Amino acid sequence: MTYIAKPRVHHPALQKNEIGLTRRDYEGTVTTLCAGCGHDSITAAIIHAFWELSIPPHTVAKLSGIGCSSKTPAYFLKEAHGFNSVHGRMPSLVTGANAANGAITYIGVSGDGDSLSIGLGQLCHAIRRNVNVLYVLENNGVYGLTKGQFSASADPGSLSKRGEPNTMEAIDGCLMALTLGATFVARSFSGDKAQLVPLLKAGLKHKGFAFIDVISPCVTFNDHEGSTKSYAYTRENTVEVVQADFIAPAKAITTEYDPGAVREVTMHDGSTVRLRKVADDYDPADRDRAYHYIRKKHAEGEVVTGLLYISTDSKDMQAQNSLGATPLVQLPYEQLCPGSAELAKLQQQFR
Amino acid sequence: MNRVNEFAFKIATANGSGSASANSLIMQAIFRMGVPVTGKNVFPSNIQGLPTWYEIRVSGKGYTARTPQFDLMVALNPATYEKDVKEVQPGGWLLHDSTWPLDERLHRSDITLIGIPLAQMCNDHFSGVRERILMKNIAYAGALSALLGIDADIIRTLLKEKYGRKPALMDSNQKAVDLGFTYAMSNFPCPLPIHLAPLDKTKDAILIDGNTAAALGCVYAGATVGAWYPITPSTSMMEAFKRFCLKYRRDTESGTNRFAILQAEDELSAIGMVIGANWAGARSFTPTSGPGISLMNEFLGLAYYAEIPAVVFDVQRTGPSTGMPTRTQQCDLMMCAYASHGDTKHICLYPSDPREAFEFAVKAFDLAERYQTPVFVLTDLDIGMNDWMVPMLQWDDSYRPDRGKVLTAEQLAEAKAFYRYLDVDGDGIAARSLPGTHPKGAYFARGSGHNKFGGYTEDAEEYTEVVDRIARKVNGARRAVPAPVTQGPGNARLGILTVGGCHAACMEAVDQLAAEGIVVDYMRVRGFPFGEEVTAFLEKHETVFVVEQNRDGQLRSLLTLETGVPVARMESVRYYGGYPMSAHHVIAGIRARLEKVA
Ligand SMILES: Cc1ncc(C[n+]2csc(CCOP(=O)(O)OP(=O)(O)O)c2C)c(N)n1
Ligand code: SF4
Ligand SMILES: [Mg+2]
Repeated sequence: MTYIAKPRVHHPALQKNEIGLTRRDYEGTVTTLCAGCGHDSITAAIIHAFWELSIPPHTVAKLSGIGCSSKTPAYFLKEAHGFNSVHGRMPSLVTGANAANGAITYIGVSGDGDSLSIGLGQLCHAIRRNVNVLYVLENNGVYGLTKGQFSASADPGSLSKRGEPNTMEAIDGCLMALTLGATFVARSFSGDKAQLVPLLKAGLKHKGFAFIDVISPCVTFNDHEGSTKSYAYTRENTVEVVQADFIAPAKAITTEYDPGAVREVTMHDGSTVRLRKVADDYDPADRDRAYHYIRKKHAEGEVVTGLLYISTDSKDMQAQNSLGATPLVQLPYEQLCPGSAELAKLQQQFR
Repeated sequence: MNRVNEFAFKIATANGSGSASANSLIMQAIFRMGVPVTGKNVFPSNIQGLPTWYEIRVSGKGYTARTPQFDLMVALNPATYEKDVKEVQPGGWLLHDSTWPLDERLHRSDITLIGIPLAQMCNDHFSGVRERILMKNIAYAGALSALLGIDADIIRTLLKEKYGRKPALMDSNQKAVDLGFTYAMSNFPCPLPIHLAPLDKTKDAILIDGNTAAALGCVYAGATVGAWYPITPSTSMMEAFKRFCLKYRRDTESGTNRFAILQAEDELSAIGMVIGANWAGARSFTPTSGPGISLMNEFLGLAYYAEIPAVVFDVQRTGPSTGMPTRTQQCDLMMCAYASHGDTKHICLYPSDPREAFEFAVKAFDLAERYQTPVFVLTDLDIGMNDWMVPMLQWDDSYRPDRGKVLTAEQLAEAKAFYRYLDVDGDGIAARSLPGTHPKGAYFARGSGHNKFGGYTEDAEEYTEVVDRIARKVNGARRAVPAPVTQGPGNARLGILTVGGCHAACMEAVDQLAAEGIVVDYMRVRGFPFGEEVTAFLEKHETVFVVEQNRDGQLRSLLTLETGVPVARMESVRYYGGYPMSAHHVIAGIRARLEKVA
């Protein structure tokens, strides 16, 4: 059953979306993160993306692990069910919830510690299963909540606040997702809302696992000189390769582009993601080339952003399990229980 | 002594040699003769080559516990000759393959040797290495049929049922049976003094293993999401669930399934999927064993504190660590009762046989949803994997799942406000809502401190109020779990208290003690938290023998912790070597104590 929340009366300046809701209706409780934390900007972008897509908040479920980043589902979509779970284990919860009810829009929020250390296995396997979820990895290179230890995404040589260099290799979530067969891989920056919002929208509409690595500086523990996850470093060193515009179904496409530079991807619900290549030599439909491009740029000290890879023709977990249009949670019990006569019949096998 | 329909025999072979189908043929044939029978498969943690045994106990009186006293041994594995020959009762029989000269390790003057040239006969009559090996097994089944008086017509019918559509296989199997049968008939006095005579005691019974029965329970309970990571001895439960779902829950026309089975990457993930699915409103479960529960601990605490239903089947095997994966024990009683860090306590159900595994599986989902908390069903390898003779499973078509307090969209729309952890009814159980139902139903589930409104808290009073209510709620379940089973006059000086699969051994022990003039009262607990009747039983008896299958007396510890009855009142009787409990273990334990006192 779908109920649409009654629009409340807000400041008249607040614009309403197609279902009569303002951005306020997509907010949550007030943030308790540090002022200037990148995670809060991502929250704002998430609110914006849901609002622009006119998704009724109560048809969404938002899940997370543990960390500063994982606290943020409390700060958006107060009318959506939320689940702040245990450290690194959100992917399995989303997987189970999705199997039970595929009619819900799922968003998972995680951190680099949550996803790339303690939860690495769960993330990998959720990608392999192609669970239908928008997975946002809020990447600051440190464990914010436990006060600034390096995470697995910290680059070798990046300095801690005390000036100690990180000595280990970094795990790049996007490269990893590509090798695991992810069907939607993107990277963005919390400070670039113009890039992030369309990516989130495309990710929400993607039927399958949409992985977005968002560099999200930790102002308290990892925003100093010598860190490769600071605001300054990220602004300097990101290069966008593919820009994504999200176009809702039935919306006329008016803007004109140089035809060679544009590709349109039709999503399962009929909406369109228009990809504009910023780098000529990049192809977001070619997994291997995407991989090598990102690595090459990384070696040159550049962080590649944008919609890095997309494929819409793989089966998501629901399809792999031959689940029908009616979610399992809505099947009446009569369709699940074979009954006493069948039990008696079956037991002849056990004699 | 009358040995008709009262004896046990054991078959020693090598793993992977195909003896399983011969053994189940023998079991089923005896069962069809109307004679109560139990089989215990003693197998190695190996795919091929290591020793394996199959123990069959025939008991017209209906005793189903394992007995370690074998009247006949079929010794076909030279690797274990020495051990096997020792296990034969004086005056018993040993069947060996006389294709080769008698191995001197099989000499024993107080038993009778029965040599059958199994390999020779099969080499003469069958071609191909694999067929010769397989048919050797069927040939010993044929020989046993002559020696023990197993009805040859029943065997023929069973083969027809099994291989009806494969005439070639049917013929070779029947030929092998006949070879063994004829050789035994013409060379030995058949039947032996231990033999079968038809009865009518299996009419309303079935032969079923607990994993199959529990899986069937999940189907009938309406469970739709199963998540698992393979581990012996629980693996066959999900395999059975899948089999039943493909049979009953697949819409062939549209090609869609009314179930989802998720093979997780580990048990952490398996329980996460179960919690996620239950949170979303599906009945969901995971079958596992001790090592899996160890991994699930953190998540179980989350489900307890955030109050999300989950059903976990623990088919126990010997611990600690990897232990002996193919041997049985009841060694997770403590772990399941209090799994996870922090103050937790979980509802546990303890079936004693496959029939109860079926019934308690259904019950587990009702309790998990009513109390919004994880529920364990603890069986063990013996119950889970061995074929037990149990009364036919019954189903009441008027059953409807108890979903507990789940608010509908209409109820939410009418409500002034919804607070997830508010105890509106005063029974400790707050109403929950499912994702996607209604905007007013939204709440934030969390494992961090929360108040009764569902908000984050670090306030001492707010925190305490919620955890105290959860304690009240789970303790309240002691009235809803299956009541203990009791037997005896009620006023005996001595009591026996046990759990799960020890039941059969205890019942046999109670009879034997009675024959010696020792009267005892008996109680088998079937659920945790324990009800008042358990405390009363402990208080009423001078000494209560607590019978269980683990080294440390975990049931006794639980009883002490939960009832407050001094541990000195309880005498621990334990067997934990990995085989199922036998009556003689119980009697030996009790006798030792009685002699000490006397
Ligand atoms: C099992 C377990 N181990 C350790 C912790 C402590 N802990 C909480 S958050 C965290 C790291 C979070 O880092 P990240 O995911 O990057 O989130 P951030 O705070 O940086 O956003 C750790 C180690 C925990 N909660 N649970
Ligand atoms: S510690 Fe870092 S990550 Fe955590 S809230 Fe503060 S700025 Fe954000
Ligand atoms: Mg981090």
